[in-house]
Amino acid sequence: MYGWHGKIARIDLTRGSWRTEDPDIGILKKFIGGRGLAGFYIRNTITLDWNHPQMPLLLFTGPLVNTRSPTSGRMTFMSRSPLTGTVGDASVGGSFGFQLKKAGFDGIVISGKSSRLCGIEITDNDIRIVDASHLKGREIGAVNSLLKDKGATAVIGPAAENGVLFSSIIVDRHYAAGRDGIGLSFAAKNLKYITVKGTQKTSVFDPVALSSAKEDVFRLAAASPVLLGEFGISRFGTGALYDLMDARRMMPTDNFQKTRFDRALKMNAYAFKKQYAPKKTGCRGCHILCKKIAGHRTSMPEFETMSHFSALLGNADINAVVAANRVCNDMGMDTISAASTLACFSEITQRKLSPKEIVSLLTDIGKKQNRGVELGRGAVKYAISCGRSELAMAVKGLELPAYDPRGAYGMALAYAVSSRGGCHLRAYPVSHEILRKPVATDRFSFSEKARMIKIGEDLNAVADSLTACKFIFFAASLEEYARIYTAVTGIKTSAQDLFAVGERICYNERMMNAANGFTEKDDDLPSRFFTMAGDQNSGVRIGPIDRDAFLTARSNYYMARKLNKTGMPVSAVAQNLGLAPIEKISDVSNYRK
Amino acid sequence: MFQITENKLIKSGLVDPDAPLMGSLDAHLEWNRTHDKIFALEILFKQLNINALIFSQPAEPYRSIIDYLAETSNGTITPTDCETRTFIHDLPVAFELSPDAIVPLLKVRKCVIIPGHGIITYGMVGLEQAYVTFSSVCFACFVKFFVDFLFLTKKRQMDNKFGQVFDRVIQTLDPPVSFNGSLTKGPFKSKKHIYKAIQEAGRLVVEHRLVDSYFGNISFSDGQTLYISQTGSSLDQLKDAIDPCPLNGSSCAPITASSELPTHLKIVQHAGGKAILHGHPKFSVILSMDCDVENCRCRDKCHVKCPHERSVREIPIVSGEVGSGPFALYNTVPKAIREHQGVIVYGHGVFTAGKTDFNRPFQDLVQIENICRTEYFNRIRLYSE
Repeated sequence: MYGWHGKIARIDLTRGSWRTEDPDIGILKKFIGGRGLAGFYIRNTITLDWNHPQMPLLLFTGPLVNTRSPTSGRMTFMSRSPLTGTVGDASVGGSFGFQLKKAGFDGIVISGKSSRLCGIEITDNDIRIVDASHLKGREIGAVNSLLKDKGATAVIGPAAENGVLFSSIIVDRHYAAGRDGIGLSFAAKNLKYITVKGTQKTSVFDPVALSSAKEDVFRLAAASPVLLGEFGISRFGTGALYDLMDARRMMPTDNFQKTRFDRALKMNAYAFKKQYAPKKTGCRGCHILCKKIAGHRTSMPEFETMSHFSALLGNADINAVVAANRVCNDMGMDTISAASTLACFSEITQRKLSPKEIVSLLTDIGKKQNRGVELGRGAVKYAISCGRSELAMAVKGLELPAYDPRGAYGMALAYAVSSRGGCHLRAYPVSHEILRKPVATDRFSFSEKARMIKIGEDLNAVADSLTACKFIFFAASLEEYARIYTAVTGIKTSAQDLFAVGERICYNERMMNAANGFTEKDDDLPSRFFTMAGDQNSGVRIGPIDRDAFLTARSNYYMARKLNKTGMPVSAVAQNLGLAPIEKISDVSNYRK
Repeated sequence: MFQITENKLIKSGLVDPDAPLMGSLDAHLEWNRTHDKIFALEILFKQLNINALIFSQPAEPYRSIIDYLAETSNGTITPTDCETRTFIHDLPVAFELSPDAIVPLLKVRKCVIIPGHGIITYGMVGLEQAYVTFSSVCFACFVKFFVDFLFLTKKRQMDNKFGQVFDRVIQTLDPPVSFNGSLTKGPFKSKKHIYKAIQEAGRLVVEHRLVDSYFGNISFSDGQTLYISQTGSSLDQLKDAIDPCPLNGSSCAPITASSELPTHLKIVQHAGGKAILHGHPKFSVILSMDCDVENCRCRDKCHVKCPHERSVREIPIVSGEVGSGPFALYNTVPKAIREHQGVIVYGHGVFTAGKTDFNRPFQDLVQIENICRTEYFNRIRLYSE
């Protein structure tokens, strides 16, 4: 078999056993790998509670991983989100996916629950479940140091062990599978870490064709200002977007009460670079190298983290941003949700947080102490407990990232309809609304955006399944990646054939959410965005979003996505896409209570 | 949106009035007009994940050129200019206007040529994307047609049909570029004046067809700031599409600046240019691809590493690719432009620079294109004798 190994491991932590299975090639063609294949393997259990022993935790790579395909070192973690109740996945870089593939596996399905805190150690076709009781409560950096000879690592920190709903998994010490509270899915299985290393190669069908297609992608990447340009993410990290969000007056500030942070110019990527002189690094198989790491293994904050730990909290202390990022990485918490929860707390209590308080509250959350107990449940549950649900800036329970939707209407629609809630990466319209690729679109209009968002979702579902980094699609397209897929797997395909796979993956996710009770009511934005204006004092005036225009665009999206008028999946469409109905196998929990 | 796109197509000389059929799909499919092919084209929206489409016969001379290249192709036209190499790779040809013939090709590429009927291009983020591809197809075919003709003429391998089409095509070419006016004179008093001067120069470059579509770029440096057109901007529509770029790198806001920013910066820093123009004038691009070196060890790599010193009447021709890769043109253009009125980049376009305003660079751009056009036909005459 080319591209895939054709081998998936099923680990049962209750029994402490594992076995392998060979997925049918038809399934691989239909779902590819990564997010798509994980979605296939979870669909029949998706109505179980997130902490039910039979709720699987899935780790999947794609056919391009461990080949010379550009930007293909990523992988997906998936389970049902402990934070939101939606399908919960996180794409992550580093070297874990690469090593998993080298160890001979396309993916791993973990079910059951270990009786004691355990670790999973994978080497070349072999899996060991080991006791990890001695690591209980240990921070991620310390655990990584202890595991350094065991290959790539995926580790949870004290936050997940303490039940923080926005816990993350940290790969290779610096790369976060951050969103959805996926770290808690490890903890639910009493799983502290997974390590993996291997020596196997992935067979490539046509290395010459791969080389030629790769050259096309490299040429496009070189022509991309945002990737490899003078001010691009290769030089400055993803923080390069910070100044642009300021210039476009769409930087979420003070819990989205404003869209401009007046001290942004002192908190930009240039300032971080000057102060910390970080070095360039990146995921395996990537030439963009957007990850920045400074001395003492200090990860430079990614764009979302930079923005939310500064503007969203009104914080102008650059060192506090780095410290907050460090606490989140050590404790294992999603920086977007953590910062957003603190911003919600700040607004509800009408108390501006000092840099010191930001860091200490984060530590409290991770350790489940003091105020951290209530804040560790995320912005929505915290705001509801205070009777101020309208102040949680989240969609479907997932806190919003650092693009204010009033400054980009495609982004507004994308947030609302995203299958994992307040996520910028499902459709990623920032590409055309802000970064002008492949062409610029009017960011203050919903016109034509419904189908654009649907197409963007399909594209990114494919990227997450191949797997490839979404950033490369600021420059390349599925036209080039279809050639790469064919060269690697030997399966003849086209850009449009891959889009059809993307459509299936996205529809499957809508079906899973529908099975868990999500409806059109959940495809919505916090009311603030329809009633409160953003920045009005400079050239660009950021007004509230017109509610009727938004609802029309959402209806148009349902039509483009082939859902019914209330956003629910249609069985005939599902059947055409090769998706069987999802049967409920347990009572549905109400995650919004 | 239909009207804006149609006007742009007509203004650029790519189509005749009333020729383009355009479709746009959001919740519902809309067309700019009725047409007997709408039924066939609707199927494309059903079978492809697209949201916009342009179907049109191109205007002359593109129509004759594209039909000839398509009819004599084996199903794919492969131009080797920079736009094609980077963005559209190659151009598929369908020999009938039917969904069965077209859909498989559009599943792979963003365009298809149907000789005798026209070009279909699509967008996934709107009509503008379809327009850019349409324009690139026309540009790429124009360049390939004239490059091939000169090559075969030199080799004495010209056939009658190509010759007849060539004779017809040159009757419909735009006249040589002529410009007797002047642009706003520098030095400019304020940022506002700089923006106006950039917009004026950009508009003239487009009006004189020295660049196509959303390609080309323009900048002016003043003190510690370089003002440059944004990536993917149309040079005749630069209002709100100019990025101020601090020369000390203290802000990443110009992350949306033109992909040629590194070249502009290096010209400013090392060649003393302040007002920089970059267009894609066709005959300059065509002539840059005419090379007499036999058995060159770098054949097929001309665009990245030509080992020879080449020029057209003392205007240097250099290799180099778009952006910032290892073979990027910022390694070659700034050095070459220091002592010359401009530089031609192989298969790509022309850079010119001035010290105080855009008068000199614009005049140089016009002059270089006219020199290349004259030289092209001189070579045809020479080798036809």
